[in-house]
Amino acid sequence: MKYLFWPLLALLIVLHQDYWQWDDATLRFGFLPQALAYHACLSIAAAVFWAWACRFCWPLDGEPAKGQLAKGGGRSEAASSATASSSTSEEAPS
Amino acid sequence: MTQLVIIVIYLLLLLGVGALANHWFRGDSQDYMLASRTIGPFFLLMSLFGTTMTAFALVGSTNKAFAAGVGVYGMLASASGIIHSLCFFLIGIKMWSFGKKFGFTTQIEFFRARLENDFIGLLLFPVLIGLIIPYLLIGVISSGGLVFQVTDGLVPAWAASLVVCLVVMTYVFFGGMRGTAWANALQTMFFMAMGVITFVLIAKELGGKDTLWESMRAASETVLQNNPTQLARTKLPPPVYFSFLLIPLSVAMFPHVFQHWLTARNANAFKLPIIAHPIFIMVVWLPCVMIGVWASGYQGLLTAEIPADRVLASLVHQLASPMLGGLLAAGILAAIMSSLDSQFLCLGTMLTNDIVNHYHRGERISERKEVLIARSFIVAVVAVTYLLSLVAPPAIFSMGIWCFSGFAGLFPLALAAVYWKRLTAAGAIACVLAVAAAWAVMFAQSDFGADSHYAFPQDPVSLGVATLPPMMPVVALVALSAATLVIVSLITRPPSQETLDKFFE
Repeated sequence: MKYLFWPLLALLIVLHQDYWQWDDATLRFGFLPQALAYHACLSIAAAVFWAWACRFCWPLDGEPAKGQLAKGGGRSEAASSATASSSTSEEAPS
Repeated sequence: MTQLVIIVIYLLLLLGVGALANHWFRGDSQDYMLASRTIGPFFLLMSLFGTTMTAFALVGSTNKAFAAGVGVYGMLASASGIIHSLCFFLIGIKMWSFGKKFGFTTQIEFFRARLENDFIGLLLFPVLIGLIIPYLLIGVISSGGLVFQVTDGLVPAWAASLVVCLVVMTYVFFGGMRGTAWANALQTMFFMAMGVITFVLIAKELGGKDTLWESMRAASETVLQNNPTQLARTKLPPPVYFSFLLIPLSVAMFPHVFQHWLTARNANAFKLPIIAHPIFIMVVWLPCVMIGVWASGYQGLLTAEIPADRVLASLVHQLASPMLGGLLAAGILAAIMSSLDSQFLCLGTMLTNDIVNHYHRGERISERKEVLIARSFIVAVVAVTYLLSLVAPPAIFSMGIWCFSGFAGLFPLALAAVYWKRLTAAGAIACVLAVAAAWAVMFAQSDFGADSHYAFPQDPVSLGVATLPPMMPVVALVALSAATLVIVSLITRPPSQETLDKFFE
């Protein structure tokens, strides 16, 4: 399913650029302008897409382990690790 | 007077939230700055939504729709629904995992470690602060102006801004990130509810029918007869509409959003914010845009000379009770404060972590002292912001879109830092310098924001097979940023294998 992520996202963005109905002033349900009705549906479609992406394309395989640098708050150690020769042995996000 | 009483009650409620959060405070810096990374899905959703939505969501959307019609929703709201969630999904979750793994608290800590470079922090620090200060000033000045307006001048703007700053400072000072997250949840629920209630009452007043449904139909029919162009998008040039798609990329580089990401209890806490964000945007923006469009169809209701920022307030003043006026004013203040609190906390955190902690030599600063330093910086940041708000020129309001464009210009850096192994420190530094320089040049060309129609290129440019139309500056900034980052990274030495193993294994 992961291979569908980028095509579906691209489709969502293409659908967002709806120049084909730029001049359409039709009222849906008698009160909702076409542009608003369309984009409200697009907002709902975006939520459905993100629900799908969270289910099938989650970017992490598991919870990362807290590494040595996080111990004791890890504030300045994290920054100082920038130039440190990395003898740290933290697990990467699995 | 009714409005003032409602606003005061609301502000007292927020102080109560701060006091409650202080009761739960564990006393260490990670708890103060990140709520010990214990924020669950609901509060993460509310924090992120409240932080990314400013008063513009309630007031600006109505004003803009009054002027430009229904296209405002697609241009600003549905685009954000897609792009904000994209940033949370692609970048937020990864940043959270690095933050948990390596103990980062700020963006600059992450970039220094990822790029094995100290200078990137020194470079990013003024850029991020410089872009966020106008954003803060707009919030502080708007809050004062709003209270001045709804109390008919009873409370001077400077006094109202001062009270808002003091209230936000108090609950951030005592409650830290936990207080900020809780206050954001309250404020977000409040301003969402106020938006919907205002919509229902104004729709019934404008339509004048027995039921809400009939009133909405009557109001829309009136627009169709008197001002039909408002129901289409003829006032919005398509290239500008496209350009606005890139503005929401800014959330990927907002330092206060980064800090909220790091508060998540676990990665799963991101799922609700990612999925619900587009729906929340719709719930807030759609009613406000409809109100603006309807108001434009009733001749004589609002004059053409009405100031651009007064459409919603004028409608409420004419059509609703003082009670609703007070509640709506509190709702708008909620939207303003839910951004201000995160920004104040974030600046205090950055000054503490990226400057004091990073450059401190000798014995390690104790947890207790670190919290004290962060709190002192928060007080100082609020004081400086308030004093600047007293002398800031009115042109500061035109800087909002420029701040967002600057942050969006740095989006390629955030994306590459997370996903591209070949990104180098030199590439990142060149990227930041290129964005800062291009931003400054374009900002100066726009008469320092005064020319709201400024575009780049300023005239269509023929590229042989196609023509490049004038677009918002954000398009050029993102393109320049990405190109600089890629080219300079490819011609400079790659990062060490140790660092790549840490971040990509």
